Formats: sequence, C-alpha cells, structure tokens
Amino acid sequence: MLDIPTTAEPALAERTSGEQLHAASHLRRLEAESIHILRETAAEFRKPVMLYSIGKDSSVLLHLAMKAFHPGKPPFPLLHVDTTWKFREMISFRDRRARELGIDLIVHTNNDGLRQGIDPFTHGSARYTDVMKTQALRQALDLHGFDAAIGGARRDEEKSRAKERVFSHRSAAHRWDPKNQRPELWSLYNTMLAPGESMRVFPLSNWTELDVWDYILLEDIPIVPLYLAAPRPVVERDGALIMVDDERMPLLAGEEPHMRSVRFRTLGCYPLSGATVSTAATLPEIVREMMASRTSERQGRMIDRDSPASMERKKAEGYF
Amino acid sequence: MSYHEAPTIAASDAPRLDQDDRPTLRFVTCGSVDDGKSTLVGRLLYDSKTLLDDQLDALASESKTAGTTGGDLDFALLVDGLQAEREQGITIDVAYRFFATKLRRFIVADTPGHAQYTRNMATGASNAELAVVLVDARKGVITQTRRHSHILSLLGIRHVVLAVNKMDLIGFDGDRFAAITAEYLTMAGQLGISQVQCIPVVAPDGDNIVAPSARMPWYTGPTVTAHLESVDVSGDVSQRPFRLPVQWVNRPNAAFRGFCGRIASGTIATGETIAVQPSGRQTRIARILTPAGERDRAAAGESVTLTLADEIDVSRGDVLTAGAAPQVSDQLAAHLVWFDDEAMVAGRRYMLKCGTASTGAVITTLKHRIAIDTMAQKSAATLDANQIGYAHLSLDRALVFETYRDNRDMGSFILIDPISHRTAAAGMIDVSLRRATNIHWQRLAVDKFVRARLKQQRPCVLWFTGLSGAGKSTIADLVDRRLAELGRHAALLDGDNLRHGINRDLGFSNADRAENIRRAAEVAALFVNAGMIALVALISPYRSEREQARQRVETGEFIEIHVATPLAECERRDPKGLYRKARAGELPAFTGIDDPYERPQAPEITIDTSELSTDAACERIINYLRDNHYL
Repeated sequence: MLDIPTTAEPALAERTSGEQLHAASHLRRLEAESIHILRETAAEFRKPVMLYSIGKDSSVLLHLAMKAFHPGKPPFPLLHVDTTWKFREMISFRDRRARELGIDLIVHTNNDGLRQGIDPFTHGSARYTDVMKTQALRQALDLHGFDAAIGGARRDEEKSRAKERVFSHRSAAHRWDPKNQRPELWSLYNTMLAPGESMRVFPLSNWTELDVWDYILLEDIPIVPLYLAAPRPVVERDGALIMVDDERMPLLAGEEPHMRSVRFRTLGCYPLSGATVSTAATLPEIVREMMASRTSERQGRMIDRDSPASMERKKAEGYF
Repeated sequence: MSYHEAPTIAASDAPRLDQDDRPTLRFVTCGSVDDGKSTLVGRLLYDSKTLLDDQLDALASESKTAGTTGGDLDFALLVDGLQAEREQGITIDVAYRFFATKLRRFIVADTPGHAQYTRNMATGASNAELAVVLVDARKGVITQTRRHSHILSLLGIRHVVLAVNKMDLIGFDGDRFAAITAEYLTMAGQLGISQVQCIPVVAPDGDNIVAPSARMPWYTGPTVTAHLESVDVSGDVSQRPFRLPVQWVNRPNAAFRGFCGRIASGTIATGETIAVQPSGRQTRIARILTPAGERDRAAAGESVTLTLADEIDVSRGDVLTAGAAPQVSDQLAAHLVWFDDEAMVAGRRYMLKCGTASTGAVITTLKHRIAIDTMAQKSAATLDANQIGYAHLSLDRALVFETYRDNRDMGSFILIDPISHRTAAAGMIDVSLRRATNIHWQRLAVDKFVRARLKQQRPCVLWFTGLSGAGKSTIADLVDRRLAELGRHAALLDGDNLRHGINRDLGFSNADRAENIRRAAEVAALFVNAGMIALVALISPYRSEREQARQRVETGEFIEIHVATPLAECERRDPKGLYRKARAGELPAFTGIDDPYERPQAPEITIDTSELSTDAACERIINYLRDNHYL
C-alpha cells in the first residue's frame, strides 16, 4: 500500500476524524448514491465489467465497489485497456492493487494497432487515441461479451460529459446517440438491452474533482505516486510539460529533459499527459492547491484539444 | 507562462473547515426556449468563480465563433455542450453543473425548453429540491411555463424561483413584473406549489443574480444566489416508517447472507423487528454494515447491507419494512407523464420498474388528460409524447409501494416499452385500487419470446399421455393451478373438454381419434407461439401421433409426461365406468383392453400415480420446469 500522509496539518487531520462526515454529509451522500448504482449494475446485467484506468477516479471507483459488495468481492472483473504507453509507475501500481485486493484483472491491448506500430508521436493523438483506446475498448467488450461497462467519468470533467446519463445506452456498434438519450428519473434506471447492445455506467457522475480528492483523503485510498509532486525528468512541448518516462520518447531538436518538481492532475499515456509544476507532495497539499487552482484538470490532457467537440465525437464512437 | 503552474498558497486561501459540511442543494432550471435558462446557469457559474482560466479562455474564443451575442461572452455555451446544441443555439438535453458559494454547494440541472424535449426536463427535475422557472418579461406566463410548472408539481417540487428575465427589454417596468408575478402565483396556488420567490433579472448582465440590480431599485427582495443559499427545502424522510427496497443479496460464502439496498425512508437499529414484503414474514435485524463500517443504526439515504436473525426468503424486489405496513396491490392509480413518441395504448403491456421491483403492467383506463393551458381534466383515449394524464394500471403481480406524496422512492415508477426498450413514461402513484373486474387485453404484433419474457417463462407443451383413468387430467389441473399461483400463464387442453368444443364433430373412429390429437397439437402450438405453457391431457396411445405433436413446436418446447399408472390400477379406479363398459363389449377398440397403448420410449417425465400422490407428481413437474429454466 502506498503510504500517503494524511495528517500533515492539524486542521486537515481534524476534518477526517470522528463523526464529522457521517451519514448526512456531502461525501457520504455521494458515496451512498454511487454504491446504489454499482449494486443496480450487478443486479441488472448479465455480464458487467469495471473499466480500470489506474487514475484517481478509478481508485475511488474500485474502493466504492469493494465497499458495495463487502464482505464479498465485486461480482465483476476489472478491465484495463493498455495502450503500452502508460507511465511505468501506473502499470506496477495496477498489478499490485489487483493482487492485494484479489480481483480478476483483464488487460487488453489492440494488437492490430501494435503491429501497425501506432504511436502517439508519429500518428498524432487523435489517430492514436482512436486505435489504441477507443477501438481497443470496443474489441475487449466484444471479445468478452460484456453487456455493461462501469467507468469513472464525472459530469464536471467536460461539457459533453455533463450531458450524459448515469446509465448511458450504447448501440450494438458501441455508439452513443446524445440527441436521443433515455429519460432517467429519480434513481430508476432503464437497463433493458436488445441483443448486442450495451450500457456504460457512471457511478461518479455527480462527483467533482474536489470531491474525489476529499474522499481519497477521508478514506486513505491508495493512488499512483505520480499524483504527488516529486522531481521528474520533463521537456516542454507545445505548451505542456511532458515527462520522459522511457527511451521511446523521441526528443526534438533543442529539447533536453530537465528535472523539475512536478505532479499530474490526470494520468493517461505519458506522452499525452501534461505535468503541473508543484511542490505538493502530500494529499492535504494537493487538496489545498486544488481549491486555489485557476485551471481545470483537462487542461493537461492533450487529446481534448484537437477540436471543441472532440470529446463528444470520441464518445459517440465508443470512447469512454 | 505557457504551461500550467500551481498557484502559490497563501494562508487565507487554505480551505476553511466549515466549508466541508456545506449542504448541497439540487435544483433545476426550466422554462421555454430562449427564456435564458442556459445563460442564467452560465452566469451563476461565472459569478461564483467556478469557471477556471482555461475554461474562460475557451468561452471567449467560442463566443466569437459560435456565440449568439455578437462576440460578447455567451454564457449559454458553458452548458450547451453537445455539438447539435451549439450548432442550433438551443438546449436539447439536460446538463448537470456544479458550483459552490461560501454557504452551499449546488448541483444544477439545466433543462431544455422545447416541448419535444420535455422528457429531458423531467429527467433533470426528478431529483431536484427546487426549481428556477424562467419567463421572458416580454411574453409572461406561456404554455411551456404552465407545462413545466405542472410537471414540477407532479414531481413534488414545492419550492420555485420565478425568474422574470430580460427586464431590460421592457424598460425595467415594475408594474409588468407585478402582473406576471400575480398570474404565476395564481397558477402555482392551483398546482399546490406553496413556496414561490419571484425575482426580476437580466441574466446576461447579472442583474439580481448575485448582486442587487441598481437598475431596479423598486425590487427589494433577495437576489437569485441569496435565495438559493438560504431557502429551507428540508423534508425529513428519516421520520417516516422504515423502508428498504432490496437491491442485491450478498452471499459471498455459506456463513454470510446480507441484503443490500439504499434506505428509502426511516431509520433502523440492530435488534429491531422488520417485515419482509410482500410475504409479510417477520424477523429481527442482526447486523448493519455501512460504507463507514459496522454500526448499530442507519437512516434514510444510506446504502447499507443488513443481516437478519432468521433464515427467511428475501430477494431483489422485496422491501424490508418496519412500523406501519406499506401498500401491497396489483391495481393502482397514478399520474403519468408520457415520454415516448409512440403514443400510450390502453391494454398494451409495458414493463414497470418501481424501486428495485420490475413487473409487467397494463394501463387499463386513462381517466383523464390535462389540457395544459387551462389545466382542465379532459377525457381522452391516449397520451402522446409530452402529455400528462391520470391512469389506472393493472400489474402482473402485487407491488409493494407507497403513494408518491408520502415517499418518492417508493411511489415513483417508469414504464418501459417491451419492444423498443425506450422509457415510455414516468409515473407517480396516487392511490392503491382494488382489483378491477374488467381488464381488456389488446393483441400485440410481437413474437413468443417477447410474450414469454413478459410472463417470466419459456413457452412449452406439457403433453400428458397415459391410459384412461391414469390421473392425467387430475395432475394437469393441479399443475395448471400451481402455475397460476406462481404468476405464470398457462392453458389446459383436456381431451374431454376439447370434445365439447373444437372437436365436437369428431367421433371415435381411428381417423377421428387421430384428428382429435392433431387438432389438440395444433392448438397447443398456437399457445406456445403466444408465449404460454400449454397443458394437454390426452390418452394419445400411438407413438407416431405423439411424435407428430412434438414436431409442431421447436426443440425443447415439448415435454412428454407419461402418467404410467398400471392398467390394473386404472381399471380398479375406473372413474368414468369406461373399463366396465369396455369389458362388457360396449366400447370397441378401447385403449388397454382391445387396442394397444404404445408406451413412450423416452418421455421427459414419468409418473406412476400408484406410487406418487397427485401433489408430489405436481411438484416433480414444477421442479422439472424450474431446473430446466422454463420458469
């Protein structure tokens, strides 16, 4: 288990103590809602799966799933779509967590894409994301016949996500039809599917980024150390700080990795994840930085920049 | 600075402890197209400093290219997140946005104004505690204002902010504002919306949104933000009787059996007595597991796992209750908001989902439809998309519920079209009804699988063959009744009864006997196509005829049951005196006496009633159906 200090500040330590965050509080209400959604998914679908991206939202989602089915194990496996370009620390964290929790982990890579040598540097982020993430995800869902895929997306992340249902219908071709979503009232979810169709389920829909960090702090949830500031080798490229995580990253003329104290607000493929200069090395420091922040977490994600509607289009095509 | 640098933290920026227990208010914005809903929400986000630098940069550049405000910041673009919405400058679906002030957190559902997207407005409103209804000051209260207010009222929303927008376009006319206010308050009173705060605003400029407007000094009430921060919307469901709709049975090992769900109302403590509905069986709470660990008690809103003191049958769809008994009925009356483009059809079967229970449901009668403009109750045969009505429903099995006004979680339901799987309607239960006497069924153009799924069964033929007096009809009759008790749909075709009707033109010649069996097999096949379980009780002595009957349906749909009571026993019973007559030569070619009975070579089930009671025989057949997933 990653040992994350949670008691750096007396004031912050006090927040997590005692009954302060009991039933009525904001985080417990979100927690209860998410657990309700996870149990509905387990009860209503033939073969659900939980998408595990190794990030902070996935960590919270996995933690909630462990709680929802305690003392049993979640009745679904984890699926990680591995592009082979994730940070090395993410992969070791993933394998360790699955082992510690005793949960089935399915790792899927688009081998067609690998054979074609698709990489984020030469093919551009749009093509790379489509082949190694969207197509890979669709392959994995089809291969195993999953009829519901649980993901950690939140509505505060991005404008098209803000429009999406908790139980979001996908056609047999994995397409999202944003103009024709099923009404979704109260906590009553229409889970009916025709053969080949599937559902994407988002238990964290009503959480904000700050809620996620507050909850990680409250529950002492293990996260990938890349979220905490540390000296790391980075180069500046297209206005972002990119960490040189392995020797596959081609350096352009004039680029030279410098050690800087950085952390990541979102984690994905290292060539597409912009770092933030920071010295916040503990969770309480991260939360405080968050509250004073003047930019959104997606600012560091290179793939959202391709066009204003790029997320909606990717989602319509089957991206998470 | 080209990349993002974390801000330096000053002591005063550190989170304040009291901010973390700020309550959350969930509210919805509604009103007609172009009344400025999205702009108002965008303005709230902007003024609450929720928008971050990169989002503001994106807004500024998009306002120039896609905005409808001549290059000024177009706040609607902050919430109209779909490509089609930005292209058309309208809102199609509900957007959920988050912001906070020093006093409260807010989750706002910004909903579309077009009548055709009313279902999305209802989606956003269903979980709201308060609604902000916008009207355009130039137009006042219009049809869409009435429609949305009516839906808010049905959904039980008692708190409304009437935001009279675009006051600048009527010269900040206080008299006009008063007239609109008066008209709205009259309507709200009729709808039972008790708490209305009317506020004149100019959403794009921020007048009376956060700061009081200097341009409307005659208005002395609160701003939108001040009202949202202070309004008391609490309605304590923890004071009502305990209700827990069972979502999931947790059985990780033989030693643990827990029942999971979110408490809909009330509180519960270990040791307290609860009843399982609809069975009514009672037991006590042994343990309460919550996400924060094992506890002695839990309250409404919590997702818990309960273990019980006794091993009693509980499954998903049951409700654990304490205190006053809930309603249990298969007949109810409810308000409906119709969503589907395919109009409501009385007599048609829909899937009803209420809490964690699902059942087939038929709308037996539409009592009335609401004429939105006059709010009058009109008689009508159907509801089209976006219309509101009041209907009686008949359910396939008894449902545990409460009225919607007593308990939202236990009194709300959705209707799902069984063919298209679209969510056809939302329902709010008004009252429980006694069983109606006249239920009209309408035929559907659907296949047997759809029908059978509605009945939660696999269609099949139970073909009882055996000597006269073997007990075929007695067993078949009991199986028929047992299936009805289980809520399954079966039809019994008894040889003697068939000869009174469809086969009354047939005698007992070999040709007529063969035709008798052929017709019974055809009728059974029709029932199977209707998704039903057909029980046929016929001597059917010849293998070839039984084989032909088997060929009439698909593989796995024909279950041959040999009622193999020995001839001596049948003759001893001789319930109709036929053996006596046959022995006396009065009945020629009587099976078993002077005509052969060809025993089945591989029947699915064999029953000898000289060894097995009728009840036990029936149980064996029901178990076979269960084990092989017909039930």
